[in-house]
Amino acid sequence: MLIHAKRIIRSGWHSFVRSGFTSIASVLIMTITIFVITSLIFVQASLNASLNDIKEKVDLTIYFIPGAEEVSIKKVEESLVKLPEINSISYTSASDALSNFKDKHANDYLTLQALDELNENPLGASLNIKANDPSQYESIAKYFESDNALSKGALTIIDKIDYHQNKIVIDRLTSIIKGAKSLGFAVSLVLIIISIIITFNTIRLIIYMSKDEISVMKLVGAGLKYVQGPFIVSGILVGISASILSIIIFIPISIWLGNHMTDFIGINLYQYYKSNFLQLFIIMLGSGIFLGGISSFFAISRYLRRK
Amino acid sequence: MIYFDNVTKKYKDNSSLEEVTLSITAGEFVSIVGHSGAGKTTLTKLILAEEAPTSGTVFFESTDIHKLSKRDLMNFRRKVGVVFQDFRLLQGKTAYENISFAMEATGKSDEDIIEDVPHVLELVDLTNRAFHFPHQLSGGEKQRLAIARAIITQPDLIIADEPTGNLDPTNAAEVINILKKINSLGTTVILTTHNKGIVDQINKRVITLENGRIIRDDKEGKYMLK
Repeated sequence: MLIHAKRIIRSGWHSFVRSGFTSIASVLIMTITIFVITSLIFVQASLNASLNDIKEKVDLTIYFIPGAEEVSIKKVEESLVKLPEINSISYTSASDALSNFKDKHANDYLTLQALDELNENPLGASLNIKANDPSQYESIAKYFESDNALSKGALTIIDKIDYHQNKIVIDRLTSIIKGAKSLGFAVSLVLIIISIIITFNTIRLIIYMSKDEISVMKLVGAGLKYVQGPFIVSGILVGISASILSIIIFIPISIWLGNHMTDFIGINLYQYYKSNFLQLFIIMLGSGIFLGGISSFFAISRYLRRK
Repeated sequence: MIYFDNVTKKYKDNSSLEEVTLSITAGEFVSIVGHSGAGKTTLTKLILAEEAPTSGTVFFESTDIHKLSKRDLMNFRRKVGVVFQDFRLLQGKTAYENISFAMEATGKSDEDIIEDVPHVLELVDLTNRAFHFPHQLSGGEKQRLAIARAIITQPDLIIADEPTGNLDPTNAAEVINILKKINSLGTTVILTTHNKGIVDQINKRVITLENGRIIRDDKEGKYMLK
């Protein structure tokens, strides 16, 4: 058994090394496939970074009437914390709101003077809420409209909830995020399928060229595994070489993208490549070995079915 | 050893072999002669189970070759060495590896391979070409290599299908001498050819085919076709 495996691996290695141009051609084709797969992982990562960035910008603020007691506001906050949709809540007191307002209008002398003449703080406290997902803002806003114990007490101190003003923007962003995700996934899937078909056909063509040799091998009494094995080993070697080549190619590409495109993409792809190197390496190597092995297996099975 | 029982092989509408009945006993040297298209190659393909007969049966000893399972067919082919006109060597392997492949395929140990391959290479005078690839060898050398591959597993039967077709007279004579030597050691040899000089020189059994039928079967025959 062990001696058979050794002979099959040696024979596969010889055929890979000695096929020269044919091996180089199939390694390059396979490299394109692995390059596409890895690029799509990069695209997904950039897309996710951009989407998270957009998500971060969406929030919901509950404004309380001026003079609302902090204890009542805290009660509202406590009840909100229990909601599963909520990611974080930040409280801004009336005096913080006033100082923020003053900072914002530091150069607007007229407004500040008008504010001073009021003698009292016209601004109320507010709670800024971030949901786990933009689609959840609507249900959070509805929470206040529903007829529960909290809403009865809370409604009297709530001035307004800005969800309804932002609803159109939030809805649009939510649908863009969903659309971009499913489009990205569909495009990735199509590209991956196309590259797999190209790789499969290349290997099939190479094995087709060896069909006479396969019949000679059978005529000298070689068993199916002994005929099939070296071709599969060769295919796997093509996959391994292509994945190593892809890993090397991605180093300068990710450095360039990291240096020049970070602002545009929203993520430093070189940092991403470095921090996820092991995972990406396993994905590339795994796809290479799988594609090379499986393609060879199916391509050669066709010629082994005949006696 | 080999018995053809009323075998017919048709390709679409053309008959390649018509109602052929013959038997070859162990240790014989049989030349099968005939013009191109007479059915010589079809006959060898039927013995190797590369083709199935349209009707009739081909026996090896008492087994119907065409009813063998894939595994049994593999074992049967290990008992038969084949030499072709176009050599059919494994192009990606050296002369040494072409021969050792046949041994590896039959599960021989590395020690046996290291011992036997140089011996056979010496027998066919290819010792100094052992690590050359087929494309680096001359026609005669390729055919001697094909013979070496065929005999390395010490088969019961050697089928040589027009082995001298692509060779000059000197190389052709050399190949026939090797086949005669193998036969003298007890291996059955079936040689197909349309080379008159070779058949006359061998002076052994000659089966003559014409249009797929056996028209002569002479024990110590000559090439009688025009």
